[in-house]
Amino acid sequence: MKTKFRTGVAVLGALALFATGCGSSDSDGGDGGSASGDTIKVGFAQTGSESGWRSANTESMKEAFSEENGFELVFNAADNDPAAQISAVRSFISQGVDAIVIAPIVEDGWDDVLQEAADADIPVILEDRTVTSSEDLYESWVGLDFKKEGVMAGEWAATEFGSEPTKMVVLEGTTGSAPANDRAEGFDEAIAGSSIEKIDSQTGEFTRDGGKTVMEGFLQKYGVDGIDLVYAHNDDMALGAIEAIEAAGGVPGEDIKIVSIDAVHDGMQALVDGKINFIVECNPLLGDLAAGLVKSVLDGETVEKQVYVEDQSFTQEQAAEVIDSRAY
Amino acid sequence: MTRLMKHRLFWPVFSLLALIVINTIARPQFIKITMRDGEFYGALIDILRNCAPLMLVALGMTLVIATRGIDLSVGAVMAVSGAVTLTIIDGSSSPGSTSTVLVAILAGIGVSLVLGLWNGFLVAVLDIQPIIATLVLMLAGRGVALLITDGFITTVNSEPLNFVATGYLFALPFALFIWLAAAAAIAIVERRTALGVLTEAVGINPEASRLAGVRSRGIILGAYVASGTLAGIAGIIYSSNIRAADANAAGDLIELYAILAVVLGGTSLMGGKFTIAGTVIGVLIIQTLDSTILFLGVSSAQSPVFFAIVVVIVVLIQSPRVHQWGRALTGGFRTRPGTEVRNDAEVTA
Repeated sequence: MKTKFRTGVAVLGALALFATGCGSSDSDGGDGGSASGDTIKVGFAQTGSESGWRSANTESMKEAFSEENGFELVFNAADNDPAAQISAVRSFISQGVDAIVIAPIVEDGWDDVLQEAADADIPVILEDRTVTSSEDLYESWVGLDFKKEGVMAGEWAATEFGSEPTKMVVLEGTTGSAPANDRAEGFDEAIAGSSIEKIDSQTGEFTRDGGKTVMEGFLQKYGVDGIDLVYAHNDDMALGAIEAIEAAGGVPGEDIKIVSIDAVHDGMQALVDGKINFIVECNPLLGDLAAGLVKSVLDGETVEKQVYVEDQSFTQEQAAEVIDSRAY
Repeated sequence: MTRLMKHRLFWPVFSLLALIVINTIARPQFIKITMRDGEFYGALIDILRNCAPLMLVALGMTLVIATRGIDLSVGAVMAVSGAVTLTIIDGSSSPGSTSTVLVAILAGIGVSLVLGLWNGFLVAVLDIQPIIATLVLMLAGRGVALLITDGFITTVNSEPLNFVATGYLFALPFALFIWLAAAAAIAIVERRTALGVLTEAVGINPEASRLAGVRSRGIILGAYVASGTLAGIAGIIYSSNIRAADANAAGDLIELYAILAVVLGGTSLMGGKFTIAGTVIGVLIIQTLDSTILFLGVSSAQSPVFFAIVVVIVVLIQSPRVHQWGRALTGGFRTRPGTEVRNDAEVTA
């Protein structure tokens, strides 16, 4: 009965969305002028909701910019459409928000709209990704050091395998994306001169399906015995690789070791289960730092142009200790 | 030999075999199939298993294209059906029981059937252009799927669900049997009854066929329902394969690959004559091409270009005009121009 009800709800939900099309965006109705008093009205232009990481990031931002913390948040998710994101920022400007936070979908094309924000005296904070525009056009950037994540993963691999000859395959992120490029670069630097040899590398598009399909191909090409280590640019691809290794009759974590980046919940569970050997965290909880920056900027304090979030890393034992207490 | 070469599936099959030969030369283990724990294992088996989602979607697309339509929403429908099925299993008290999984799968397929019906309603009853009608669902559907999964990837551990994509039956992947059954069912219904001819008639000239007494509305509606339902099954196989509902990645861009497969198989986008066997070959070509990229070790940055070049070559190999030029160059003037160009009158015969 319960399942029937759930299906019914799903169908209704589906139909309801047809009725509204895709117009369920940010309109707050007619709340007139910006909130007076102490609340700070902040517009946040998110990229979309493409991954578990992004969802956790959105949650973190919504919590940090809550009413209890003295904010009024105008939220927009642009569904990874750069033009829609820029028009969302324009609408923030015309609504007269006190500050704007942007997680830019692409790096280019921001000059005009950032200039408009500057002309309107609205400070802009960038979150997660950066832009190519002049640094004068935004107050600060808060995010992660992808290259350092790669370095941390690479250092673990270099120590773990020591002088043992090691054959490694890489599951790359989306070709050309900053995390994929920087994580590859950092890792390669860290293993330079070690006994690890990169025998193959292919993009798995940051998805489980991509990771699994590419890993199946690698296993057909080299066999379970021909691969010692998998470096996955994110947890989802590592989870796909686990499936492929098990299907090929290998034991992930033992026959073939796996190191990945992200530390989302399913990845951490696999780490606790011994199927992944090491994970470097890519912390999505940027909300509090971003909210702190907004407050400082509005109080007239000078802030750092670049604020890096400290990333942790986890071994299997460390993961077992923290997995229950993690928020995402 | 010339009779064989005139067969319309000759060139698609030739392209597929050429790809397999290239792979085998590059890495001989490509062709190797071993028996492990009573199950066949090898790169070719992987291709036959992994092509299942694209195969089902492309089969549905073939029917829609035959009616002179197009279904852009298949990827979104995949995402929705996967999300519905896995959310139900995830929420149930006994995710491992076969009955739970069956109910969930039927729910997923049921929802996709309704989505297909919606597309068909827009196209057949309201007369909206297919590309626009299905675009609505393409954009909204993924949003629905994200809503169902709360924007997260829902991971489910359920043996009966895993069996759908990764299980084995008679030493062969179960997913292979799913798409074989679908292809056979469609081929029988379309070719052993008048439905196939009626579908082609609707695709070639909807107005004329209506005047001739063909109930084109029902046939068009049926094609979209079939496409939606098959996409729903594809979505469940996709989710089963990764044991998770990934609303963002499931079926991403699959509509374009399905259209490509249909065209590679020899069905014209202008509607009308269609070939189920051709679509099967087209999908196998695309799936083999994916493996080729891995086996030849083409780097990620170059692989889209590599893919595009191979597709262009395959399309050129199949082009009647190129064949004529080829024959002219080799000095033969036995060509009968026009025989291989689609002939609409043929169908009415």
